[in-house]
Amino acid sequence: MSGHTHVDGHLPHEPEKATLEGRNKVLGFWLFLGGETVLFGTLFSAFLALRHQVGDGNPTPMELFDLKIVALATFILLTSSLTSVFAIQSMHTNKVKPMIWWLIITVLFGLAFLGLEIYEFYHYVHEGHKFSTSAFSTSFYTLVGFHGAHVFFGVLWISILIAQIFKKGLNVVTAPKVYVAGMYWHFIDVVWVFIFTVVYLMGKVG
Amino acid sequence: MSTLRPQGPVAEEQFGLMKLTILIMVLVVVIVFAIAVYVIIRFRRRPGDKSIPAQVEGNHKLEIIWTVIPIILLIILGVPTVKSVFGLAKDYTKDPNAVQVKVTAHQYWWEFEYPNLGVKTAQELMIPNDAIISIEAKTADVLHSFWIPSLAGKIDTNPGGNVNVMYFEAPKTGVYLGKCAELCGPSHSLMDFKVKVVDRASFDRWVAAMKNPVALPADAEVAELLNKQCLSCHAIGGNGGPAFPNLTGIGSRESVAGILMNTDQPQYKNEGTVKDNLIKWIEDPQAVKPGTLMPKVDLTKEQIEAISDYLAGLKLEY
Amino acid sequence: MAHGHAVKRYSGLMDWLTTVDHKKIGILYLLAGGFFFLVGGLEALLIRIQLWKPLNDFVAAHTFNELLTMHGTTMIFLAAMPMIFALMNAIVPLQIGARDVAFPFVNAIGFWTFFAGGVLLNVSWFAGGAPDAGWTAYAPLSTPTYSTTHGLDYYVIGLQIAGIGTLVGGINFLVTIINMRAPGMSFMRMPMFTWTSFITSALILFAFPALAVGLAAMMFDRLFSGNFFEPTNGGNAVLWEHIFWIFGHPEVYILILPAFGVISEVISTFSRKRLFGYSSMVFATVLIGFLGFMVWAHHMFTTGLGPVANALFSIATMLIAVPTGIKIFNWLFTMWGGSIRFTTANLFAIGFVPTFVMGGVTGVMLAAAPADFQYHDSYFVVAHFHYVIVGGLILGVFAGLFYWWPKMFGRMLDETLGKFCFWTFYIGFHLTFFVQHFLGLMGMPRRVWTYLDGLGFNNLNLISTIGAILMGIGTIAFLLNVVITALKPKNASNDPWEDGRTLEWTISSPAPEYNFLQTPLVRGYDAFWKEKMEGKKAMVPAEPIGPIHMPSPSILPFVMSVGLFIAGLGFMYAKGDYGTGIWASILNNHILAIFGLAITLGCMFLRSVYDDHGFHIEPDELHGDKGVKA
Repeated sequence: MSGHTHVDGHLPHEPEKATLEGRNKVLGFWLFLGGETVLFGTLFSAFLALRHQVGDGNPTPMELFDLKIVALATFILLTSSLTSVFAIQSMHTNKVKPMIWWLIITVLFGLAFLGLEIYEFYHYVHEGHKFSTSAFSTSFYTLVGFHGAHVFFGVLWISILIAQIFKKGLNVVTAPKVYVAGMYWHFIDVVWVFIFTVVYLMGKVG
Repeated sequence: MSTLRPQGPVAEEQFGLMKLTILIMVLVVVIVFAIAVYVIIRFRRRPGDKSIPAQVEGNHKLEIIWTVIPIILLIILGVPTVKSVFGLAKDYTKDPNAVQVKVTAHQYWWEFEYPNLGVKTAQELMIPNDAIISIEAKTADVLHSFWIPSLAGKIDTNPGGNVNVMYFEAPKTGVYLGKCAELCGPSHSLMDFKVKVVDRASFDRWVAAMKNPVALPADAEVAELLNKQCLSCHAIGGNGGPAFPNLTGIGSRESVAGILMNTDQPQYKNEGTVKDNLIKWIEDPQAVKPGTLMPKVDLTKEQIEAISDYLAGLKLEY
Repeated sequence: MAHGHAVKRYSGLMDWLTTVDHKKIGILYLLAGGFFFLVGGLEALLIRIQLWKPLNDFVAAHTFNELLTMHGTTMIFLAAMPMIFALMNAIVPLQIGARDVAFPFVNAIGFWTFFAGGVLLNVSWFAGGAPDAGWTAYAPLSTPTYSTTHGLDYYVIGLQIAGIGTLVGGINFLVTIINMRAPGMSFMRMPMFTWTSFITSALILFAFPALAVGLAAMMFDRLFSGNFFEPTNGGNAVLWEHIFWIFGHPEVYILILPAFGVISEVISTFSRKRLFGYSSMVFATVLIGFLGFMVWAHHMFTTGLGPVANALFSIATMLIAVPTGIKIFNWLFTMWGGSIRFTTANLFAIGFVPTFVMGGVTGVMLAAAPADFQYHDSYFVVAHFHYVIVGGLILGVFAGLFYWWPKMFGRMLDETLGKFCFWTFYIGFHLTFFVQHFLGLMGMPRRVWTYLDGLGFNNLNLISTIGAILMGIGTIAFLLNVVITALKPKNASNDPWEDGRTLEWTISSPAPEYNFLQTPLVRGYDAFWKEKMEGKKAMVPAEPIGPIHMPSPSILPFVMSVGLFIAGLGFMYAKGDYGTGIWASILNNHILAIFGLAITLGCMFLRSVYDDHGFHIEPDELHGDKGVKA
């Protein structure tokens, strides 16, 4: 019932679902991601409705986007999703050290992605593509920026979790947290795949 | 002005659909009320009654009945609805026999442009009684909605080149009240307009009269004032700027500012003679229409009177 | 005291600020929602006084627009939603035999963020003007070009903060109902109120994020010169209408479904009969929830979406009448053959049925798009949605409050005063809104500050105003009732209506903080009634008496919402010109906003880092004959 039963020692195979609290957390987070899907769905709709409103004299998506950087960012983020899977697998076999290492790698990839995105935005602003330039630019920065903020929050969150696991070890209280953070990381990865397709690829095609 | 007394085929079609829905719905309401009253009286608990009624789980036959009957009623309602939706969506903007009107809504007045006739007016939509009127509506600022209850349902005026079309006919001559039906600011409730339906000959005369040149006031001082203070924004005949309501023939309109009704027998607070109304409006526009862009112009009482006198005399023969 | 951990127990004000107990949070929701209901009601009365005669100038035109905007926004987001959450919090865990909700801490966050958002929205009255673009805040009237005060900033940020609370509340109830049901309580044995709360929570989950995006977009437009809805820079005003109504239409079902649940419970109890057609009721609820997402554009028939969209949305909207009709007839046939007792709660419930039917049929009328060209944005619409929201939801909330008051507070509300409250409110309601149908048909647009004389509107408007005053008297009677009842001794029994059917009536009134001494074993629908019919007085327990785990109270949810409140103010006032003083540098550089957000994030950090295992109530503390007997 409570969080006391398995605090240390023998962890069950799926420690995140060992307690009612854990199961609640995982289910609640699935539902939260359902809500997040609607959130990004609405942002995508707004972007699709406004993406042709570039305005006279402003850079078009075709001129603006540099697919090389974006493809690299995509590759980095997809890989980080894989490393977070390795972390969860290590958790399921109760290997704490590899789990922490995989989480650290995930965070580093996340930081690399953010770095690329900041560079990209900086570059765009210099090209005259500011937040307030046009309806296209506003919806672009809002959609991609919301995603970037999610990545940033994820990096912070997983970093705090790594610190916690260092101190408290892996148990039925920390396991659901790691599991849920993994779910979150996959989610923002999936969202990025859609951004890459809808924003960048479709923007390049016109 | 009521939707319940339609004065043209479009409003009649809408009223017909309203009658059909009201009929079906009254039927539903009567049935529910009857069952409710019967149940409440028949099955009320008598004092001291401790019996336990049978715990019925449901009844498939009944449940199917009250699922199927509403579906049938909805089909009866749905078919004419869909037919009417497509019928009313007909586009007459390319029809040479229709009278084309471009409606532009402003905070808080209406601009009516007849592109094929080369005429532009404000606040009062003049139309002939023998043609289809094809409307292209848009806004110059915020959302408004164009509504003439007794002639046709409304259409929103959208910004940003998003033009809506509708059409209606008005076979009976007369004056109809039109309204803005979308919250657009403090004077939303005062954004009325008039639709004047006349026969074809009068309409043609009106179009011609609108194009006639209009003489400036005879008094040079008043003419100077008018030029400086009024025509900077308003147009009268060929004179003045186009940004704000066209004042050609304002003396023969039904109202001043769309809300002060012109009549020689004032009955209500918002009624008066044309001249009185003009004076009231020019003296303090904010008091008549809060939030209006019409400024309080720096004029003496005498000057306002002189200008109002001139404007009240601007009548069109049609 | 044999607590597992030393846990600080608060008393007085601190107890209420730190509570994570769903029953206390329910009471907080009720207090806050009730307060905002009075505020919104006062605004309504001012509106009706302004309209009692033609060309009246009791309030100024722009004040009137503020009043109508705040009336709508307050009633929907700050009165109706929290009062529903009050009932859900107070009752749902009891009905499913749970000791608490799934996330007690998150539950408290839900309340406090809602409250912070609500207070922030109302601060606008004292800070240079309330929002004035209608509760729908259509662009471009709501864009910075046409709305230059801070009013709409308060709208977008206040609602955003309140919306966070609602969203997490919805998730909390979904998980609670899925994971925390007592043994034997299968989905198809859940009481109807729990079912409707479940579907409502699902609707919240899928509808509120759309609102969040809409509000964020409008906030970016207003505060950071974005162009979402700014037509001059390529923005699209109709996009706002779509986003708003994709949220807004499900919102009305979010409001009405729990009222359906309350009515089902109350009518069944006071007819001494099982709910007629339970499974079709569940099916109808799910279907209404599903269809609720398919019909948003019926609010936009006159926007010019084209005949195909209008026809599709017309038909989809009409379809909702079918499941709603199923419900109406099921209620009538629940009473059929029953033994109906006319308590105040049941009066409200029975009064609800014909009233809601009237609101429903006008809904179908509005669904016929060509006819809607005439009804749209007229007083006909005002009459329609007040029939479904006041005649539906508010009557339902009153029924629920009279019904569950003893379970929430341990005291029965006074029946005589209650019946007076019902009749004044009910008659006042019909007087106010029935005539508005005709005003609309006669051509009176909604949201008008005044109307001209000689159009035939005068008498109907006067009647409407008199009705509104009667409703006010009814509400005062309810408040009086609450005060009088609070002075009486706490003596309600476990099952004060004597015909209780569901689990909440098996425990003491008010419920102990752990709800159930032993988790009950549920053996069928109407679990308690089933035991009663077999001659038992209590439920069969599903577990032996043991230590009960409780979550510990926390001040963090309150502090988090204060942080958001500060951040909201910080964002709003960042753009102003404050010269060069200290305030200028704090505000213009978003330091206040960042400070507020830092408070909230800091609380999240603390919550994550410090594990809170809660505490245990040991069996020797559980004396007295509360809860389920072994």
